[in-house]
Amino acid sequence: MNAQQLSWLALWGATALYAIAMVASSVHVARVADAKVAARTKATAAVGAAGTAGHARADGETASALPTRSKAAGIARSTTLVGVILNFVGVVARGVEAGHAPWSTMYEYTITGTFVAVAVFLIVQSRRDVSYLAPGVTGFATIALGIAMTVLYEASTGLQPALQSFWLVIHVSIAIIATGVFIVGAVATVLQLMRDYREGGTAWLQRFRWLEATPSPARLEALAFRLHAVGFVLWTFTVMAGAVWAEHAWGRYWGWDPKEVWSFVIWVIYAAYLHARTTQGWAGRRSAVLALVGFVALILNFTVVNIVFQGLHSYA
Amino acid sequence: MARVKIDNYAYREVPRLGFVGWLRWIWRQVTSMRVALILLLILALAAIPGSVLPQWPQDAAATRGFIEENPFWGPLLDRLGFLDVFGSAWFTAIYLLLFASLIGCIVPRIGVYWRELREPVAAAPTRLDRYEPLTSEGDGDPPAVLASARRSLEGGGPLRWFTGYRVRVDERDGRDGSELALSAHKGHIRELGNLIFHVSLVGILLAMAAGSMLTYRGQALIVEGDTFTNAVVAYDSYESGALFSEDDLDPWTLTLDRFDAQFDLTGNPTSFTAFATLTEPGQEPRAVEAEVNRPIQVDGAKIYLQGNGYAPRFTVTDSAGEVAFEGAVPFLPQDAVYTSTGVIKVPDVTDGEQLGFSATLLPTAVVDGDTAQSLHPAPTNPVIYLRAYTGDLGLDDGVPQNVYELDESQLSPVRGDDGEPLIVAMELGETIELPDGLGTVTWEELPRFAAFDLRRDPTLPWLLASAISALVGLSMSLFASRRRIWLVAPVGPHAGRKTTVVTAAAWAPAHDAGVRDDLERVLQQATGRLAEDPTTPEEP
Ligand code: HEM
Repeated sequence: MNAQQLSWLALWGATALYAIAMVASSVHVARVADAKVAARTKATAAVGAAGTAGHARADGETASALPTRSKAAGIARSTTLVGVILNFVGVVARGVEAGHAPWSTMYEYTITGTFVAVAVFLIVQSRRDVSYLAPGVTGFATIALGIAMTVLYEASTGLQPALQSFWLVIHVSIAIIATGVFIVGAVATVLQLMRDYREGGTAWLQRFRWLEATPSPARLEALAFRLHAVGFVLWTFTVMAGAVWAEHAWGRYWGWDPKEVWSFVIWVIYAAYLHARTTQGWAGRRSAVLALVGFVALILNFTVVNIVFQGLHSYA
Repeated sequence: MARVKIDNYAYREVPRLGFVGWLRWIWRQVTSMRVALILLLILALAAIPGSVLPQWPQDAAATRGFIEENPFWGPLLDRLGFLDVFGSAWFTAIYLLLFASLIGCIVPRIGVYWRELREPVAAAPTRLDRYEPLTSEGDGDPPAVLASARRSLEGGGPLRWFTGYRVRVDERDGRDGSELALSAHKGHIRELGNLIFHVSLVGILLAMAAGSMLTYRGQALIVEGDTFTNAVVAYDSYESGALFSEDDLDPWTLTLDRFDAQFDLTGNPTSFTAFATLTEPGQEPRAVEAEVNRPIQVDGAKIYLQGNGYAPRFTVTDSAGEVAFEGAVPFLPQDAVYTSTGVIKVPDVTDGEQLGFSATLLPTAVVDGDTAQSLHPAPTNPVIYLRAYTGDLGLDDGVPQNVYELDESQLSPVRGDDGEPLIVAMELGETIELPDGLGTVTWEELPRFAAFDLRRDPTLPWLLASAISALVGLSMSLFASRRRIWLVAPVGPHAGRKTTVVTAAAWAPAHDAGVRDDLERVLQQATGRLAEDPTTPEEP
């Protein structure tokens, strides 16, 4: 089996495992939601009986009642872990096959970005229980990898002279890591908004009982902010490293090439998000929407801008 | 909870500036923050047309084509600045406004920060109940317990200023008599980083503005074996900022010794290297190399390898048999296999009409019936197809001409025996004879040329420094924590006892989950025991 076949098999394996992880983690999240609702009902009843506020926790989060170690959670965890390892093998094998860091085409960017997103999720997960993010992250990874394998796949080629640079490795790898972090951040923000509107009484969201498994909007916001903060610093670095690279390769550090325009737009939107968080009337829902607008711009930058607009970056 | 409210400034509620001062401070923040936010959003929106519509500075040909294709929208968008977004008045206005707001916001904040650093830490709130306090009982009298907490909070070592808390301890009247209150604050690094970040943004803008005035940039095309001398007239195109004087150009010379182009079997380029000799005034010539990502450095300027192609060398004799032209003619590559086109202009004929040629070079020519095409960019089987013209080249009317185009208005094609315009195929080293004794053309050699882009921007180091400090400031601002910790221990009624009951509480923004750990660590350090935690609701 050569590197190409290994990469191909490993990535399909990762796609399948992510899909299983998505289903298993969804089941887990639904169970947690049920348990929380049940516990809350019981607590309310107990409080009612005792007639005093007592120490009952408002959201019913009694540690024993929460099925954090359910079978579904175990399946989700192990499939995600093996999936991310296979994903990594696929990326490395692709790099060996191509003879350079595997991120010069959309296909390579996608498989590497997916790996980073899932890895970021696992890192956060190892520090605290964020299993409610799992369906979103693994679902995104499944779809992205699936699209990469079926639509975006290109045989590897050598690198054009303009792409042979230390700065390529720096600039693009940090861009991919930033993207991975932003993906997880966007998942947390979507949950935050859904939770928030559900509590606010939005009708169609009442059906989504699984949302009970997520923490309060304020805590989701806090998590999303930390992720976005990391992503923003990395993106700032990406833009700066890109300018250094452009200065080396093209003799100008900034030329408003479509890709540069969009990197700038993304940066400005996320900066606006960071401001909105601390601006009265914008904190909460509106700043969350801005973060999602930034994420949409990020995805557009990678899809539409790559395919449609001509520019120096259009070999990507 | 109907709606998330995250108020990062909640800690300001701890009275300190006084009510009016506090209100004014908030008002200033809120108003300018909102303005800044809106301007940022407008800036992002305004940049988008710059990627969607063709832009003059990026692609003049496409922009001209766009205007011609859209007789109504084209000129209208052009007049409104949409075809040069980043040079347009409105885009400039947006970012200048943003930076005005930034400066207007940053200056008072620096003042506030400076004063805050020198002011004592704000006293602990009289009641800690609303901050979910912990209690613990420690050995020793209250001053000893709080002193130990203080040591733990302030930290030690050279990084103390960066990592530790600022602390104050007062004795005051509490509800049950006299008490000692410790108040600790950390957050100055965060605010410092924030200020550094915003000031660095101004630095970036200033460096870019200065750069556009002090820079110069020129393009030159050098054929293998030729020498370029750094002077404005020698450049094919040259532009410089308003404050750059042409007298500042250092007259160094650059000789292109050899240009090496490597392609793989399918014709994709794998490497381009220009081997050259650089001679600076008063110095020994030295060998230099340029690759696509590795410019040559000279006199504060960088010389970038920008393009390359073939420059066939010809000798043309006229009808009198005299050499009328001799030299290498750069041909512009038209595609990935270097099908290249160029023109030869021969104005100085001894008698008769001027001669002109338009030519196409196929580096690896393969003839298939009537058509020929190049299969690979390397010169494996180079063939030039030549078309000859006689007449007036139009060089004398003073209008500068494009050296890559023939003005055919006053030229007539040389015709073959069949009366059709003649196209001759020639190989390297071949001499062809033009009909009617017009003369001969000899293709002597096939050197390559390299196109260089030279640029000097003395502000680059400043730009880089501003960018790095922005990044450092940003990281400090986003990752440093902003925390308050308070410890209160009653002294009055318990005086003389061996143990002290300490009540402790902390405050931090919602995203900072680590503050509770900090609090517990300090309390343990102070009392030697784990804190009792009767109620710690998971969610506030
Ligand atoms: C060029 C325009 C601007 C950009 C790109 C920008 C960018 C940023 C970014 C990325 C942050 C988050 C990181 C940090 O906390 O340091 C931030 C925070 C902040 N910015 Fe700006 N800013 C701009 C203009 C302004 C203006 C005009 C104001 C005036 C009110 C301002 C006030 C603030 C404040 C107070 C924070 C701290 C928010 C917090 O508490 O976290 N910024 N800015």
